[in-house]
Amino acid sequence: MRLSRPARVTLGVITAIILVVVYVPLFVVLVNSFSTSTSLTWPPPGFTFEWWVKAFQSAGALEAVLTSVQVAIISTIIALVLGTLISFALQRFAFFGREAISLLVILPIALPGIITGIALNNFFRTIMGVPLSIWTVVIAHATFCIVTVFNNVIARLRRQGTNLEEASADLGAGVWTTFRLVTFPQLRSALLAGGLLAFALSFDEIIVTTFTAGSGVTTLPIFILNNMFRPNQAPIVSVIAVVLVLVSIIPIYIAQKLSGPADQKR
Amino acid sequence: MTDSQPAIRLTGLTKEFGAVTAVDHVDLEIAAGEFFSMLGPSGSGKTTVLRLIAGFEQPTGGTIELFGEDVTKRAPFDRDVNTVFQDYALFPHMSVLDNVAYGLRVRGIGKKERTERARRALASVRLEQMGDRKPSQLSGGQRQRVALARATVVEPKVLLLDEPLGALDLKLREQMQVELKQIQRDLGITFIFVTHDQEEALTLSDRVAVFNDGRIEQLGTPAELYERPGSRFVAGFVGTSNLFDDERSRALLGRSGEHSVRPEKLVVTAEPETGDGVRSAPGTVVEVIYLGSGIRTVIDLDAGARVTVLAQNDRRGLAAGDRGDRVHVSWHDADVVSLAPAASSSEADAAASVA
Repeated sequence: MRLSRPARVTLGVITAIILVVVYVPLFVVLVNSFSTSTSLTWPPPGFTFEWWVKAFQSAGALEAVLTSVQVAIISTIIALVLGTLISFALQRFAFFGREAISLLVILPIALPGIITGIALNNFFRTIMGVPLSIWTVVIAHATFCIVTVFNNVIARLRRQGTNLEEASADLGAGVWTTFRLVTFPQLRSALLAGGLLAFALSFDEIIVTTFTAGSGVTTLPIFILNNMFRPNQAPIVSVIAVVLVLVSIIPIYIAQKLSGPADQKR
Repeated sequence: MTDSQPAIRLTGLTKEFGAVTAVDHVDLEIAAGEFFSMLGPSGSGKTTVLRLIAGFEQPTGGTIELFGEDVTKRAPFDRDVNTVFQDYALFPHMSVLDNVAYGLRVRGIGKKERTERARRALASVRLEQMGDRKPSQLSGGQRQRVALARATVVEPKVLLLDEPLGALDLKLREQMQVELKQIQRDLGITFIFVTHDQEEALTLSDRVAVFNDGRIEQLGTPAELYERPGSRFVAGFVGTSNLFDDERSRALLGRSGEHSVRPEKLVVTAEPETGDGVRSAPGTVVEVIYLGSGIRTVIDLDAGARVTVLAQNDRRGLAAGDRGDRVHVSWHDADVVSLAPAASSSEADAAASVA
């Protein structure tokens, strides 16, 4: 497509402004993590590694990271298993209510986090009578992590059709052998992409977490929120924020790489 | 295994998809070692019959026997038939050699033996150098041959081929036809070949079943189908035909009922031809099409029928007329084929016009 010069310039400027608005604040956070000011003043009065050292020595911060990683890994695993199973059910079999279930599976990611949070909080405490803990957070996260796995896997299954599985069965392979040797290798990159997205979603989730975490369960985002406005903690929060950005970017980048080339190969 | 048993026996085979009957009470016996083709337009049920034999679909009714054994209820992996798929369905994440060895691997045959057998199978389709490549690095014709090697390495009793040459260009297709025929002769196993290409079916097969609307319209050798089509549909679908309805048959042929005459059985002359059993009719040339090996002339007969005449470009040379010329078309009574009334005549017309 060819655009006129004024159109190109206008679009270029708009793009630049949007990128600046999105990324300059992130850059400010990065700079603040090296600033000698404790109250995030601008421009930074001096340069220091003090906060980085302190952050990596802070027991609270490290524990929060550990909690977040635990929650993210377990809810991702749950999402991978359930998301794959539901994708197969909805793509490979026709049954009554299939469309409805498909919608119900995707819904959690569209629901406002606060609704999910309140609903699950109520459900766990009053109906189930389960005390809030790290496991209630895991279950809550799994509800929306399933969606990313489901979306990736069902798209792959739909595009792939059943030809390869039929060929495998035709050559004498039973259902499990076919899954192990043919279906799973074909799904691997979709599972990885879906799993990484799920991990990233869970890792920085705060709203649902706030409502479902038991006392003493502090994920990294909750730790940040708690410490943001405490005196002398702000630069440490900046350090954690920078780390969090890096940890979120990497999986998303890999996920994109994985789903990209596989799409073009077909 | 007794040789007297047919390789495949279908009895009352029926498959319904919702309200659509794709296969309608098909009875068929295919002999061991036969090259058998199922020919028909898309939607005629030929591919569904193949998928039923392979076990990918469960029939609504009827039975499938493989060398006398009822396999109707068995899963695909439990049947001694293998399929060459239309899009080849090679496993993209495996090398060519692993693809070919797959059937041996899932049967628990050791790595050494299966590699050796897969190599031999690849050699038989002249691809021994390609074992380490991925399917995506092969050309269409090479993929086709890998699919063939993969299906034959497990030594099935019956090989099913679902339009395996459909995706190839003309030259390659003709070359693969010869190869298929040779491979079938070498292996000595039954081939069931699905195609919508009537020429391919005639060239390759010992016998052909012409499918229409989920039923077998006619079953016979290529010569029988071509020389004696049993219905208007077959006359139109297998080769080209000049069809005469009841009224024109009476006027031109002197018989009642529907009839067909092949274009190459008609002769164009300036003067009416006479002789024992020879009839002729006057007409006007509408179109002359040069084909290289022959010439096709379209003529409007005065009696109201439009006919196509095919003349060979042989030693005697061509007496090609020009558009608008007054000519006589003649034929021998023996070449007039009487057609049994067929159910779907409109489809036959469509097939005749594209053939």
